[in-house]
Amino acid sequence: MATRTALTGNYAVARAMKQIKPDVVAAYPITPQTDVVEEFSQFVADGLVPTEFVPCESEHSAMSTCIGAAAAGARVMTATSSQGLALMWEMLYIASGYRLPIVMALANRALSGPINIHCDHSDGMGARDSGWIQIYCKNQQEAYDTMLQAVRIAEHPDVLTPVMVCYDGFVVSHAMASVELLDDDQAAAFVGTYTPKYPLLDTKHPVTYGPLVLFDYYHEMKRQQVEGILSAPPVIEEVGRQFGDVSGRYYGLVEPYRLDDAEVAVVALGSAASTCEVVVDELRDAGVAAGSLRVRAFQPFPRDLVAKHLDGKKAVAVMDRAESFGARGGPLCTLVEASLYRAGKNVPVVNYIYGLGGRDTTTKDIHSVYDRIIGIARGGEVGQHYQYLSVRGGDGNGRN
Amino acid sequence: MAVDKAEKTKYSQASSREKWGWRSIPLGGVITEAGSAELYQTGDWRSQRPVWHADRCTNCMLCWVYCPDASIKVENGKVVGIDYYHCKGCGVCSAECPVKPEKAITMIDEAEAGKEG
Repeated sequence: MATRTALTGNYAVARAMKQIKPDVVAAYPITPQTDVVEEFSQFVADGLVPTEFVPCESEHSAMSTCIGAAAAGARVMTATSSQGLALMWEMLYIASGYRLPIVMALANRALSGPINIHCDHSDGMGARDSGWIQIYCKNQQEAYDTMLQAVRIAEHPDVLTPVMVCYDGFVVSHAMASVELLDDDQAAAFVGTYTPKYPLLDTKHPVTYGPLVLFDYYHEMKRQQVEGILSAPPVIEEVGRQFGDVSGRYYGLVEPYRLDDAEVAVVALGSAASTCEVVVDELRDAGVAAGSLRVRAFQPFPRDLVAKHLDGKKAVAVMDRAESFGARGGPLCTLVEASLYRAGKNVPVVNYIYGLGGRDTTTKDIHSVYDRIIGIARGGEVGQHYQYLSVRGGDGNGRN
Repeated sequence: MAVDKAEKTKYSQASSREKWGWRSIPLGGVITEAGSAELYQTGDWRSQRPVWHADRCTNCMLCWVYCPDASIKVENGKVVGIDYYHCKGCGVCSAECPVKPEKAITMIDEAEAGKEG
């Protein structure tokens, strides 16, 4: 029997880790992820999990420890946020390049400077090209559920690629919600056991990790690596289906909301997508054909699916909670637009940068976005493509 | 001068391995065999070639001691030649050779060696 209980996103993630019983967890505390490691280390201290817990002196060391342990053949997990992920940067590429199926919880937080501890996606987006799979969760329940799924996705023999389970700092990490947990046995059966491909501890079959690979093989290695991450979408879908059969909660690559007959749509990642759903309901009640699309599996980007869902819409707004300095478009928007272009779909798209550094994004803000695309859908000018949502102007009169 | 026949066979197998494509490389660039560095032809890095003169060699083994790539070939306690497949041409063997008035190992340009075949 599943248990329903009140948990913050971080505690829900820690409970998932307790049920997964990884062989090794190496981590360093950083707000807003700290509770994950704090709670998990308590489970270790209480003898509730057999995990080897390594409290490291930095996130660079934590990821290095994860890489060593994973190469040895262990099932490995960690958690971080913001500067912590930034400090892991060079090691992230090594984890993915060596095809080590490490699972990381990432409580999304803004990057310095100036220093800020609150939510945006600049940490995750900074690592989006590091070869890790990235799944953005909308709430506490999904963060818990996705941790269990991530192990299966990362360790799938066609994939063997590390996974970041991303959830909004504070909004999800610290807010308490009603979360349904699988039984320990159920979770263990779902996650299954792990058989590493080249474990260093298998001394009968010695291998070398990390040899120098120059111009004669590096090119082929990267081609091989991309095959792993591009093999992930059907695995993410299958694991999401199987998880649904166990829990009743089904997951895919994207989550469309009242989108089929919608004329306008907003595309977003994470918790803001839930706010969009509330606004869609309000607009539908007012007779407006509005919908929304949440991208759950951001890396690898579900290009064809996004294009299919947005095909025929009269206007689309893409919400980015990270800046891509100089690109005149956030990372999500540029991928959405590239998806539409590749599919030959000419859908008017506008881009909003929202919620940086934890700026609250309310239904009122989202309504202003829908008002804009409804205007475009009714024949109005598309106007400025890229802008900041609800940003104060410099003249003290709220002019942007 | 050339790599002997047995070595040639071994290395031609190695060079066919170098054509492995992305589908056949072990996952993540892992090397699954021990001692595979032997198959890496570091000899093609060489711009200067050591030439061993058997008639002058006293078998003092200083070249064997100093060679950083184990490229001095020794049989029954005597120098028999140089492993050009692995020798990078650093010249330490020639520099350390104590034989006088002419050293038992001298360095020539690879371009020059190439002309001789």
